[in-house]
Amino acid sequence: MGRRAIAARNLFGASADMAFAAIYVPEFMVQAVVRAEWHAELPAKLRRPDPTYRVASSVTKSRPDPTCHTTKICHSERSEESAFFRRTSETDSAAHVASRGRPIALIDAGAAPLFSVVAANAAARNAGICLGMTKANAAQFAGLEIRARSTVAEKAARAALRDVGWSVSPRLEETAPDLIVLDVAGLSALLGTHEQIAELLAVRAADCGLRVNVAIAENLLAAEVAARGFAGITLIAAREEAARIGELPISVLSPPEEMAETLALWGIKTCAQLARLPVLQLSERLGQAGVRLRTRARGAASRALVVAEADLTFAEELELDDAVEELEPLSFVLGRLLDQLCARLTARALAASLLRVRFDLQPAFENALDVRTEVVRAKNVQGIYERTMQLPVPMRDAKLLLKLLRLRLQGNPPGSPIIKVLVAAEAARPRVAQGGLFLPSFPDVEKLELTLARLAGVVGEGNVGSPELMDTHRPGEFRMKRFSPLRAEVNGSDRKKSVRKRGSENIDKHLPKQSSAMSFRVFRPPLPIHVNSREGRPAEVFLQGRRAEVRKASGPWRTSGEWWREEQWSEDQWDLEVCFVGGNGSRTGAFPSAKVSPRKSTQKDAAKPETFAKEFGRYRIYFDVVRQGWFARGMYD
Amino acid sequence: MPISTRSAALRLQVETALAGRVLSPLEFRDRTLVEAVSSGIGEIDELTGGLPRGCLTEIFGGACSGRSSLLLAALAARTRAGEVCALVDGRDAFDPAAGLAAGVNLRQLLWVRCKNIEQALRATDLLIQGGGFGLIALDLSDEAARVVRQVQLSVWFRFRRAVEGTPTILFLLGQESHAKTCASLVLRMESEVGVWTETTREKASALDPVVQPILAVRPSPKTTSADNEAQEKISHAAGCLLESAKSWAEVVRSRMQSADGQPRGSRVMSIDAREMDRKRMNAAGFTLKTQWNYLHKPENQNANEG
Repeated sequence: MGRRAIAARNLFGASADMAFAAIYVPEFMVQAVVRAEWHAELPAKLRRPDPTYRVASSVTKSRPDPTCHTTKICHSERSEESAFFRRTSETDSAAHVASRGRPIALIDAGAAPLFSVVAANAAARNAGICLGMTKANAAQFAGLEIRARSTVAEKAARAALRDVGWSVSPRLEETAPDLIVLDVAGLSALLGTHEQIAELLAVRAADCGLRVNVAIAENLLAAEVAARGFAGITLIAAREEAARIGELPISVLSPPEEMAETLALWGIKTCAQLARLPVLQLSERLGQAGVRLRTRARGAASRALVVAEADLTFAEELELDDAVEELEPLSFVLGRLLDQLCARLTARALAASLLRVRFDLQPAFENALDVRTEVVRAKNVQGIYERTMQLPVPMRDAKLLLKLLRLRLQGNPPGSPIIKVLVAAEAARPRVAQGGLFLPSFPDVEKLELTLARLAGVVGEGNVGSPELMDTHRPGEFRMKRFSPLRAEVNGSDRKKSVRKRGSENIDKHLPKQSSAMSFRVFRPPLPIHVNSREGRPAEVFLQGRRAEVRKASGPWRTSGEWWREEQWSEDQWDLEVCFVGGNGSRTGAFPSAKVSPRKSTQKDAAKPETFAKEFGRYRIYFDVVRQGWFARGMYD
Repeated sequence: MPISTRSAALRLQVETALAGRVLSPLEFRDRTLVEAVSSGIGEIDELTGGLPRGCLTEIFGGACSGRSSLLLAALAARTRAGEVCALVDGRDAFDPAAGLAAGVNLRQLLWVRCKNIEQALRATDLLIQGGGFGLIALDLSDEAARVVRQVQLSVWFRFRRAVEGTPTILFLLGQESHAKTCASLVLRMESEVGVWTETTREKASALDPVVQPILAVRPSPKTTSADNEAQEKISHAAGCLLESAKSWAEVVRSRMQSADGQPRGSRVMSIDAREMDRKRMNAAGFTLKTQWNYLHKPENQNANEG
C-alpha cells in the first residue's frame, strides 16, 4: 500500500497531528492469573487473532464490551466485526483455559481468614457471583473455579502490557494497571493506517497472552473511554466522539459512587443521556465534578499525556500452588515463563544477553521436626537458589533458552522443592550477522551454546572451553575460559582466492616445508617415578612399572617460585631419551623389521640413521625439591 | 512412448517422491573426490594429498611417534585459516603451551577434557551433531589399546556417516588402527631417535654466565674415547638440548585420488637416497623441532589472537 493510500485511510486526514491509542485489558486480575496457562497451552496459531479479521471502525458499530459491568450483553449483527470475538471464543472453547470460557472468581489470599471475592470474569458474574462474596458462598456455585489473586502475576501482566505499547510508540502513559494510552501520531508512514496499528497492538498483546480492547481516537480521553467500553478494536473519527461514546453506559466514565446513584435516580444510563443534560443545572446539582463527567461523556474533555519512562527490566514470576521437586514439571513452568519473556523481548525488538533464574525453596522437611530454637527460627526463612547464565549472543528463542536452562539445572539441581520461580533477562540488541559465502564454516552460535552446555553435562563445567596460559613461571599453568571463537572475516583478495580454489583440492602449497613444532603430552597429575642417578644425572628410570635406561639427558633446569606461598614450587627438570628394557619389540624401530626390505644387513645399513631396536621414549621428568621426589611431567610426542 | 521419455518421467516421479528427504537421489556422487586441506606439514600433504574434509582420518602409532605433533600441526593450520576446531582429549593430556608454540590459535580451539573413553565418544558425538567445526580431533592416544578395541565398529561408522557431506575433518588418534574401513585415510607414525645438541664444557659455559655455576659442580663425564675433544663433550648439561626428532608417516589406507587418478600414497616420493626403503612403503618423514622458547610466554597468545 502506497503512502498516499495510507494517508487516505488515516482517520484524521493528512493534517491530523494528534492520535491516541488506548489499550485496555478487561478483567485484568483474572486475565493476569490465567495468562500464563492460556499462553502456554494454546497453539501459537490459536493464540493470535486472525490477521484477516476486520475491525469496527467509525462506520461500523462495534459492540459494547460485556465486561464493562453492564447487565445487557449486546451482540454484533455484522459478521466482519465479530471475527475477532469469534476467534477469541474459538480459542476459549478449544483449550478451556481462557478466562472467558469458564467462570472464574479470584479471592484475596492476603486477607486470611476472611477470604472474599475480589474479581470475577463475565461468566462468573452471569452465574451470580458478586464482588465481596465470601469464599464459602462462592464455593456453592457449581462449576465455578476459585483462584487466589496473584499480585506477582498482575505485575508481570502490567509489564507485558507496557511492552506491547512500547513496541509501537515510545510515548506511553500508564493510566491504570489495566489501561495504557499511546501517542500514535505520525506513525502512519512507519506502521500503516490506524487500523493496522490497532491490529498490530492486538496481535502483540495476544502474543503476550493478553486479550485487549484497542481504541484509537484524536481525543485521549475519548480513546480511553472507548477502550473501556468497546470490545475488540475501535476507531473513532474526528468529531464523532460524542456519537460513538454516547451509546456506552455511564459506568465506563467511572463516576464516584454517590454521583452514579444520583444519575441512576434521574434515569440517566448512557453517556448520550448525560451529554444532553443542561450544563448549568448539572453544575448546580452535581458541582464541577458533574460538569467534568458530562464533558467526558461528550468526548470533548482533554488532557496532556503523562509519558512513562521506558524501563529495560524483563522479569516473569510465578508462585506455585504446590512445590515442584522434579525437573520435568519445572520445565513446564520455566517454558511458560520463557515464552512470555521472549514475547515481551520480541515486542520491544530486543533479546536476552543474560538470563537469571531464582527459585524460592521450601524449607527442608527434616527441619519441621526439629524443635531447637535456631532451627525453628530458620523454618520461616526460605532458601534461595539462584543461577545466572551469560549468553554468548543475545537470544530470544524460548525453546533454546529452555534447553540451556534445563542442562544447567541438571548439572546443579536445587536442593529443595521450589515454591516460586522468577526468570529475568538482561536486554540487549539482537545479533545482526550474515554469513558469507567465502567464509570458513562456523558453528551456529545458538547451537554451539547448546552443544557446550551438553558437553559440560558430560565432562563437567570446568572441562570445556578454551585454554588460556597464565602469566606465571609455574610449569603447565593455564586456565579454562569460556569458548567464544571469532568469526573470520575475508577481504576482497581472499575472496578471489577462495573462488579460484573452489572445486579443487585446497592444499596450501605455499606452505614452506619447514620443521614443525614437537608436541608435548602432559601427565595430569604428574606420575611418580623412581630414578637411579649416576654421576649426578639420571641413568635409570622406573616408569609405570617398567625399567628404562637413559640414553640422553639434558638438565637440570631449575625453576622455582612463589616461595612465600604454601603452593611454592622448586623443581629440577630433565629431558630424557630412554630405552625401555624388556619390551616385546612389537613397536620397535621406525617400521617393523618384517616390513622393511628383507635383504641382509649390509655396511650401508649401518650408516643409516639409528632406529631403535627397543621401545623408546622422550620424557620430561623433574625432581621436586619441596616434596623430595621424582615425577614425570609428560612426554614428547 | 520412447524410452528416454519414460525414463525421464520415471526419474521425475522418483525425485518428486523423495523431495525434501534425499537431495538428488539419482545423481552419482563420487566419494573418492573429496576436498582436501593442508595438514600443516608439507611432507604429509605431498604424501597424502592433504586431509580430506567430511571424512575420518586416523593416525596411529606408539608413544613419542609424532602423532600428537601431526595433530597440532593440523590444528594450527585450520585455526590459522579462521576455522573453529575441537579437541576431545581422551586423557586430558593436551599441553596448551605446546599448542601455542605449534601455532594453534587457542581461542579458536574448543578443548574437551575427558576422563575416560565413554566421555570422549559422547563428546565427539555431540560435537559432530553440533556441526560447524573445521576439524574435530578425538585423541585416544593414552587409552589402552585393549580398551579402544572394545569400541564397536558401528560407532566409527556412525561418526563417518555423521561427518559425510560436511566440511568437518574428523581426526582420530590412537595407538592402533581401530576405525578400519570407516577411515578414509590411515597413517601410521613412527619416530627416529632424537637429535641432541652437544657441545664442549668450554662452549657451554660461554653461552650464559648463569650456567657456569651449574657446570662447575657437575663432574665431567667419564668417556672411554681417547679423543680429548670428545672427553670434553658434555651430554647432560646446559649445552645438551633435545633439538629435534624425525618422524615418519606411512599411508596404510587412502581412498583419496590424486589428479592423475592414482590412489594417494602410491607415488614415488622425492626423498633422498638413504630413504629409498621408506619411499617404497609410501612413507614420508618430517622433522619435529622442540620449541625452547615457548614456555611461560603468554604474550604470544595475545599476539596470536590479535
